[in-house]
Amino acid sequence: MAAPSGRLASMPTRTGAQIIWECLVHEGVHTVFGYPGGAILPAYDAMLDYPVRHVLVRHEQGATHMADGFARAGGGVGVAVATSGPGATNMVTGIATAMMDSSPIVCITGQVPGKLIGYDAFQETDITGITLPITKHSYLVTRVDDIMPAMKEAFHLAISGRPGPVLVDITKDAQQASTDWRWDPSPVKLRGYRPNRPVTREALLKAAELIRRSQRPVILAGQGVIQGGATTQLLALAERIDAPIAMTLLGLGGVPASHPLNLGMMGMHGEAWVNHAIQEADLLLAFGMRFDDRVTGNTKTYAPHARKIHVDIDPSEINKNVVCDAAIVGDLRETLVDLVEVLEPADHAPWVSYIDSMKGDAAVRDIQALPDTGHLYAAHVINDIWRITGGNAVVVTDVGQHQMWEAQYYHHESPRTLITSGGLGTMGFAVPAAIGAKIARPDAEVWAIVGDGGFQMTQAELTTAAQEGVKINIAIINNGYLGMVRQWQEFFYERRYAATPLRSPDFVKLADAHGLEGLRVEKRSEVLGAVERARAAEGTVLIDFRVEQEDSVYPMVPAGADLDAMIRRPEPTVLAETGADPT
Amino acid sequence: MHHTLVALVEDKPGVLNRVASLFRRRNFNIESLTVGRTAEPGVSRMTIVIDSDQASAERVTAYLYKLVNVLQVEDLGLVPAVARDLALVKVAVAGHDRAALLRVVDETRAHIVDSGEQTMTLEITGEPPHVDAVISRLEPLGIIEMVRTGQVAMRRGDTALSAAQAS
Ligand SMILES: Cc1ncc(C[n+]2csc(CCOP(=O)(O)OP(=O)(O)O)c2C)c(N)n1
Ligand SMILES: [Mg+2]
Repeated sequence: MAAPSGRLASMPTRTGAQIIWECLVHEGVHTVFGYPGGAILPAYDAMLDYPVRHVLVRHEQGATHMADGFARAGGGVGVAVATSGPGATNMVTGIATAMMDSSPIVCITGQVPGKLIGYDAFQETDITGITLPITKHSYLVTRVDDIMPAMKEAFHLAISGRPGPVLVDITKDAQQASTDWRWDPSPVKLRGYRPNRPVTREALLKAAELIRRSQRPVILAGQGVIQGGATTQLLALAERIDAPIAMTLLGLGGVPASHPLNLGMMGMHGEAWVNHAIQEADLLLAFGMRFDDRVTGNTKTYAPHARKIHVDIDPSEINKNVVCDAAIVGDLRETLVDLVEVLEPADHAPWVSYIDSMKGDAAVRDIQALPDTGHLYAAHVINDIWRITGGNAVVVTDVGQHQMWEAQYYHHESPRTLITSGGLGTMGFAVPAAIGAKIARPDAEVWAIVGDGGFQMTQAELTTAAQEGVKINIAIINNGYLGMVRQWQEFFYERRYAATPLRSPDFVKLADAHGLEGLRVEKRSEVLGAVERARAAEGTVLIDFRVEQEDSVYPMVPAGADLDAMIRRPEPTVLAETGADPT
Repeated sequence: MHHTLVALVEDKPGVLNRVASLFRRRNFNIESLTVGRTAEPGVSRMTIVIDSDQASAERVTAYLYKLVNVLQVEDLGLVPAVARDLALVKVAVAGHDRAALLRVVDETRAHIVDSGEQTMTLEITGEPPHVDAVISRLEPLGIIEMVRTGQVAMRRGDTALSAAQAS
């Protein structure tokens, strides 16, 4: 504003609407996911002049999940655009999903003209107010000159430190106003924002001392390992101190499943040996995870013999759910490098082989070990997809039983190959997030593994995939139930199946109605052919897998129970005979 | 246990809402919250009193730091501090012993800031327990209306809390 007149004269004039796209282009954005409407119309009009692809969604929730899937698959920031009022409120679920899983998205919403704010104007909603607790930060921009700073800060905040969603709400008149404008390349400075604290030597040495004294260590790896790009460094530490690695749901892929020190997933549906190992450990090294109640069970009896070291980029996670003995706040990769440097190699062969010995018991009950009785189990389907894709596909799941089976039977080898709504558990996530993931990584093979219930929550985005020509593979694990809820009813509500039996449309016809290929699979022997066919097809293919209706996810730690108090899969002989789980 | 947290925040629209929303969302009870200017332009100071244990106070401090507009946070429960609360109390004077009221005023260093035909308005300033004590002595005389500012506080000694410390 106080610029010398000579500089001003050389600055081009831009409308606020244009500045939005200028900023997006400068931030490296090539695709946005959105839906137009009155208050964002100036921005949509300007869009046609910028080299940005717009994916027209069928519901703004879809736009936020696509942006989220895009961000998680590609490692950048995803962008969603909507109009004021209902457009903005439709984003709420997707924003909350991104917040809970620390996913970097920027949501741009139109707002009614500034002079109408507060007067209940047509399609006015206080979206910054509504989303205040579910955003990392938000902006209400009412002046054209404030658009660039807000956009720059939004991208910086979304991706730095612990990532998260940022909302930028821009009034229609700010979009319409013009100003002399030029991109400001200087880095964002925010006085009160400290995304990366330097790790103190003292904290590091204290952690190292605890590690040296441990005989039974277990590493707990969360999504922070993936977001912090720390896979190699984590493996280096694990190998140096000979510590097995357990992963959270969002941590899967953070270390290769085939690595000898990998134990698998911990928690409510974690493998039995993993939870037992945690309960018997004398040291837990938690890296980029937050001791969610789904991984700890009862915190009072959680890992009772273990000292705990917690490393996280977010200081508010320290001592939140579980009190730790040593804490390191800061960048995970650097911390791991420093730890490897100060630590001597260790050998915990007896401990590692003891954990190994516990696997045998579980393998006996593994559904994979059963002879083919003709019954199709979700586990078979997912395991087959894993084998056929060599563990290298990007798998996006929905929420429910199929999500847990995916985590158990698809063995991820690399980071960002499992995309799932962990913290919020948002049904309807898979199909839109898979579209976003495919656009972020066009060369990747993308599979959406989704329940019959969750698919129907956002199935309208199938149309988006068709219109945009985005090729994803959709595996509907069709059990005729809201399966995970049915499972809880079976275990804890005397099998009273209130509102969980689910009637679905003919999914094959639905695919057909979109000009997409649809397949139905009812026998295990048909899985391979269908999966291969989907992979080979050019367009999106939907496979309706008709699986066993009343199967349950095992093991299961009931909510709030001790981590090693697991409900185990019943004896396989009975299972094979009846095809269903006896209780 | 009471904790007095001081937060230096950027003076921007919606900041009070962000702070208040944080306490609600994280299930903490605010006993009092005051906001005012500081000596530094663009920086406001909030004094927030909560009833919580030490671990929870530490959690709140960490959450406050997560707010982008929060510059500095200090828990004055952990350091020697002066604290002040101010109350205005309108007390009935008609129909009872005016001398009793004046005695309370005299003994407690309260100030008479206004007097009407039926009432007298007192200003009481001091450490919060002092203000509590004066109010409980006034109660039997008949309190008609009362307002308290909520506590403000500052660390004792030469150390100052400044937004410039924020790195
Ligand atoms: C939006 C939303 N509503 C409700 C739930 C509760 N919920 C969790 S799992 C589940 C059942 C999911 O059924 P389906 O999609 O068929 O998957 P399945 O468990 O059968 O594999 C429900 C209703 C949820 N997680 N998200
Ligand atoms: Mg189902």
